[in-house]
Amino acid sequence: MNEPVSESPQPLLHLSTPPHIRQSESVHTIMLSVIIALIPAFVASMVFFGMRALALTLVCTAAAVGTEALLCILFRKQLSTSDLSAVVTGLLFAFTLPAHLPFWMGAAGSVFAIAVVKMAFGGLGNNLVNPALAARAFLMVSFPAAMTSFTAPAHGTMFGLSRALDGVTEATPLVYFKNALATGNFHPLDLQDAIGSLLVGNVGGSLGATSGIAILLGAIFLLYKGIIRFRTPFSFIGSIFLLSWIFNGTGDVLSTEAFIVPLYQVFGGGVMLGAFFLAADPVTSPMTPWGRILFGIGCGVITFLIRKYGGYADGVCWAILLMNFCVPILDRYCRPRPYGERKKRE
Amino acid sequence: MFRSLGFRGGIHPPKYKNPTADSPIEVLPPPAKVIIPVLQHTGPCASILVKRGDRVRLGQLIAEPSSPDSAAVHSSVSGVVLSVANFPHPLGAHVLAAEIENDGQDLAVETAGIDTPWKEAAPQEIVRKIFSCGVVGMGGTGVPAQVNLLPPANNPVDTVIVDCTGCEPFAVADLRLVKEHTDEILTGALIVRKILGAKRAIVVADSSAADVASSLSDACKDEKFHDLSVALVRPKYPQSDEKILVRTLTKREIPSGGTPADAGCAVHNAATILAIARSVLSGTPLYQRTLTAGGPCVSTPKNLLVRLGTPVRNVLEFCGTDLQRTKKVVMGGPMRGSAQAELDAPVLKTTYGVFAFDTLVPGVRNYNCIGCGRCTRACPMRLSPAYLMRFTDKNNVIDAQHWGVADCIECGSCAYVCPAKINLVHFMKLGKYRVKNAAASRAAPGAAA
Repeated sequence: MNEPVSESPQPLLHLSTPPHIRQSESVHTIMLSVIIALIPAFVASMVFFGMRALALTLVCTAAAVGTEALLCILFRKQLSTSDLSAVVTGLLFAFTLPAHLPFWMGAAGSVFAIAVVKMAFGGLGNNLVNPALAARAFLMVSFPAAMTSFTAPAHGTMFGLSRALDGVTEATPLVYFKNALATGNFHPLDLQDAIGSLLVGNVGGSLGATSGIAILLGAIFLLYKGIIRFRTPFSFIGSIFLLSWIFNGTGDVLSTEAFIVPLYQVFGGGVMLGAFFLAADPVTSPMTPWGRILFGIGCGVITFLIRKYGGYADGVCWAILLMNFCVPILDRYCRPRPYGERKKRE
Repeated sequence: MFRSLGFRGGIHPPKYKNPTADSPIEVLPPPAKVIIPVLQHTGPCASILVKRGDRVRLGQLIAEPSSPDSAAVHSSVSGVVLSVANFPHPLGAHVLAAEIENDGQDLAVETAGIDTPWKEAAPQEIVRKIFSCGVVGMGGTGVPAQVNLLPPANNPVDTVIVDCTGCEPFAVADLRLVKEHTDEILTGALIVRKILGAKRAIVVADSSAADVASSLSDACKDEKFHDLSVALVRPKYPQSDEKILVRTLTKREIPSGGTPADAGCAVHNAATILAIARSVLSGTPLYQRTLTAGGPCVSTPKNLLVRLGTPVRNVLEFCGTDLQRTKKVVMGGPMRGSAQAELDAPVLKTTYGVFAFDTLVPGVRNYNCIGCGRCTRACPMRLSPAYLMRFTDKNNVIDAQHWGVADCIECGSCAYVCPAKINLVHFMKLGKYRVKNAAASRAAPGAAA
């Protein structure tokens, strides 16, 4: 009865739910774009901290990729290194470290990031917190001395000023801030010249986080490609700027000093890297529009509080980690109202 | 000239509209045999009137509507009924259908429009005529036309929206239809407005299809059509969905689970309007439709006028399809169409396109969700597909419902943008099913257990 209408044989047809066309962008291309966006900061790290920065970055990245591959083989899972997320984790982790950290510590951190933070929870997409930051936190509590012994860049000083400042020893900008505020020996106007060094990154600090301009270049690329969105990073940076402007320690909000302080706070330390690359990590940040804004503000507020009142000079890492845990609840309370939802009557 | 209107969310697929946008509608020669299912619409099946061996004419009623929300089915050829049996249906199941051998003579039944001119006729009389001609929503919904033409009395409709934007990327036969039959479609818009007693009728065109927009606005300069208004929308999928159109044009929202009438609107697609106009003016039953045949395996993509019940194979072969290379055949459009298991699946009243693809995309789930939120941005209904996917996956019906899975219009925008290539539409469909099942088992706990 059902003889074919014409003679040509029927090919085997594939069945699936729609849609039948897809955008070409994939997890792989997203990760590739993030790697490309990290290149300026990578170059900056080599310029300021030399070959040691390059070596440490390579060690961390290789350890991350190797750990992921090894675990995939060990647990007989499909090799997932080709999505390049381990490369991104390794790079970002290395960027948060002091350039002269022993290699084995960097490698240990990478193994922790991939094995404990990411793969133990089910691989990319299932990790609760950002692996790179969790690994940095791991090293911070395990080796606090090594993690805070920053070195001055090859052609600059720790603080970015060629002349000596009263009472400033070899300290990163944020450590100076903390000490100056604590001792009451605080003269923001003296630091005006250092803003340029902070922007370029010719100061002491984590190897990939010092250069605000290099990170901004990468961030512009990611924003242009639509891989990160404005909400999270800008609410993060905005809230830090606003808070450190209002509570600037000089008791005046409209003086020149009052504006120098927030600039220091934003460009010193890890805010730029944290806001654009770590807080905006898709896996560990909210999906809902308002959730993203609250997430960014939360990061900013916690960073500010740690910097001003906490025990650490820089709180970006802890702020983002803490907010990572809040992501599910933020999204839950920021559920967008669906089109056509009726108002509750009962 | 006009301000073009937009909406939040949606996607910009590449300019797939081009291949057939300028090719005139060609007539596909009627096939040797048609298979006409009694179910080509939403609502109950029509009840079959013919049996094996009967001679039927072109346009003869072969299945009558079994209820007011069903639709009549007519023969699309003249010839002999070979069998009445269950045949594969494009939506998956096997459905009762009449297999009719074409005698090639196209002996038609005599038809006539309504007796009084439509401007003076009673709305009920016009709707009865449309009902008897088996007109359904031809933009893919398949809702019988009379359902949207007789809204409940407490929901007066003040706006009639005629969608001339084309259903989907690739599927542009509607645009050609609007260009080639502008007058009939505008007359149809006036008829629908008269039936519903609506204040205004808006004809919507895509601002990127300048020729369609200009032929519409030129026609509206005519005395007959001067009180129709033309609106332009920005080219963005899924602009032609009724819920999106209502919000774009009137700023109203159709309440969840409601119909356009709940927002005081009636949305009809251009092909449906044309079928309505023809049934009212000349009594022509719905036995053929235009569709776009295309896709990567089709060497000459075309806009075709096709008899209903024509096997997809005939359509594809007419356009020079490389069937050996074909891995997937889709009826409907690339964003919403259903993949076919058999090339003998018949063209239905709702088939606005036939596409042959050489790739298996999407098919495989490659990555975990990385929570990038692209789906949330793309969703025109402001849903969060990634969360709905997680809730559905974990059988969390309460949250899936709270996050609005039932409001999903299955436009496919989320899956289109997903970098992890997750089949999100599949999860939406599954979620809807589970929510419905849970509601049913709450209503009758004994029955579900």
